[in-house]
Amino acid sequence: MESDLKLVAQGLVRDYAGRRAVDGVDLSLTRGEVLGLLGPNGAGKSTTLRMLAGTLAPSAGRIEIAGFDMARAPLQAKRHLGYLPEHPPVYAELTVDEYLKFCARLHRIPRAARRDAIAQAKADCGLEDVGKRLIGNLSKGYQQRVGIAQAIVHRPDVLIFDEPTAGLDPNQLRGIRELVARLAANHSVIVSSHILSEIEAVAARVVILHHGRVVLDERPSGIAHIPAVVDITLRSGPSTQTLAALAGVQSVESTGDGRWRVVAETGHDIRSALAETAVHQGWQLLEMTSHAPDLESRFRELTRDVPDHAA
Amino acid sequence: MNATRAIAAHELNRLFVSPLSWTLLAVTQLLLGILFALSLTDISLNPQTVGEYDGISAIVGGGVFRFATVVLLLVVPLLTMRAFAEERKSGNLDLMLAAPAPLWAIVLGKFAALMGYLSLMFVLIAAMPLSLALFTPLDLGLLSAGLIGLWLVMASFCAIGLFVSSLTREPTLAAIATLGVLMLLWLCYAVSTFDWQPVVLGTTLPFGDIAHALSLIGHHDALLRGVFSSADVLYFVIFTLGFLALTIVRLDMDRH
Repeated sequence: MESDLKLVAQGLVRDYAGRRAVDGVDLSLTRGEVLGLLGPNGAGKSTTLRMLAGTLAPSAGRIEIAGFDMARAPLQAKRHLGYLPEHPPVYAELTVDEYLKFCARLHRIPRAARRDAIAQAKADCGLEDVGKRLIGNLSKGYQQRVGIAQAIVHRPDVLIFDEPTAGLDPNQLRGIRELVARLAANHSVIVSSHILSEIEAVAARVVILHHGRVVLDERPSGIAHIPAVVDITLRSGPSTQTLAALAGVQSVESTGDGRWRVVAETGHDIRSALAETAVHQGWQLLEMTSHAPDLESRFRELTRDVPDHAA
Repeated sequence: MNATRAIAAHELNRLFVSPLSWTLLAVTQLLLGILFALSLTDISLNPQTVGEYDGISAIVGGGVFRFATVVLLLVVPLLTMRAFAEERKSGNLDLMLAAPAPLWAIVLGKFAALMGYLSLMFVLIAAMPLSLALFTPLDLGLLSAGLIGLWLVMASFCAIGLFVSSLTREPTLAAIATLGVLMLLWLCYAVSTFDWQPVVLGTTLPFGDIAHALSLIGHHDALLRGVFSSADVLYFVIFTLGFLALTIVRLDMDRH
């Protein structure tokens, strides 16, 4: 088990001029795991990732990557690390090939293996056709891919992507999402975002940061596949109490205009029972949609500012 | 060392795909070429200026090298501003900081690349007075002392420029501050020529001597006159290494 841990961070703290940006964050990542780091803007995501990548020294705490301590053996630790900062660190005046060649050299890939490594990274990121083009002339989505190619060219154990989908159009977004999913097969990946759906789409594990603290660290398991939240629209609906009294229903919330949000008890699939009841009672079911475990409402709840946080 | 080489090659590549560095090279060459031609014209019109002590090597070589220092004063800040300030602003510095490359390798790599570029400029400058060897005997000792001095001046300007560049994230600010510092070093030389001996608490302060000892140009001047003293060379070496070390310290402070 111990050898499977590719990244361990314990008690990370970071102060900026008296303000505590990250406050005691613990993270660990096993081989092949995708961890989604979520949090509102300013929650300390980027700071945490920069510390993990070694570009920022933690005020306190310890980071180990592939068994190497970031403070004591930074060079060995960084060899096992690929990092994509918030803005892809690309040089507009270089071609994709020139740039990746530099990155390969910087990461000490032996000359003989360099060409293959670059070709592989380009293939993984869908950059085969743009190798000879200047990075500055590529679209934002392609520049982002070049940034990812840079991070994976040396086949590190751990990949750190800071908001890889920021500012992309929906098609590019899907491309990056698929790419991250593909990379997850061979690398441990940390992806940060402030967009929930992004994280839900790629990550097997979700960590929510708020005010520099971990407020949720969860690996959605089998239960996750049973939709916990059902939105229904009924033309001649019953009262909220009638719905709440149904078996397996935890809470009911009227969202107006004949619409209800029904939250099921953990482990109960209430969809068919709800539909059946609606037909029997003549409620005239117009619409029914269900959601995976409601990360969104939990996210809202966990990252709401409560007074004792502000203190 | 691999990382240093990789970074140096990368930086040189970037310099040579940028129009800025070609323009700087062209402008420098044009200005120095004009000065070279002018000083030759001057000598051919007034041959009596070539005296017993000041030969053609001292007049033409010294003139070109001295003027080259002034041009470098303006050129180097424009080159060094890119090194750290611009890289920090664009976020590209993170690429190197997250890579398995120690800070000294990053600083040394960037310094080596800039010196590689400036050495090209150096060769072009050196070619002008040396081309006179085809027509007249030259004092090669004097010229080489001046050339060594010029190269050392390039290295020290470069080191100070890198340091100032590492202080900020605004490239223009880095360029202007570097220019200011280099100008101050120049002024220091001007001050050293004052005949001013202030008396503080009964002791006469050797003000001029102090200014002269600190002034970069003063040490270069000795070399231009053909006086090759190890003290002057050591001054430049310490100056360069000192500022490179300060740059490394400054970059490390960034992490903390």
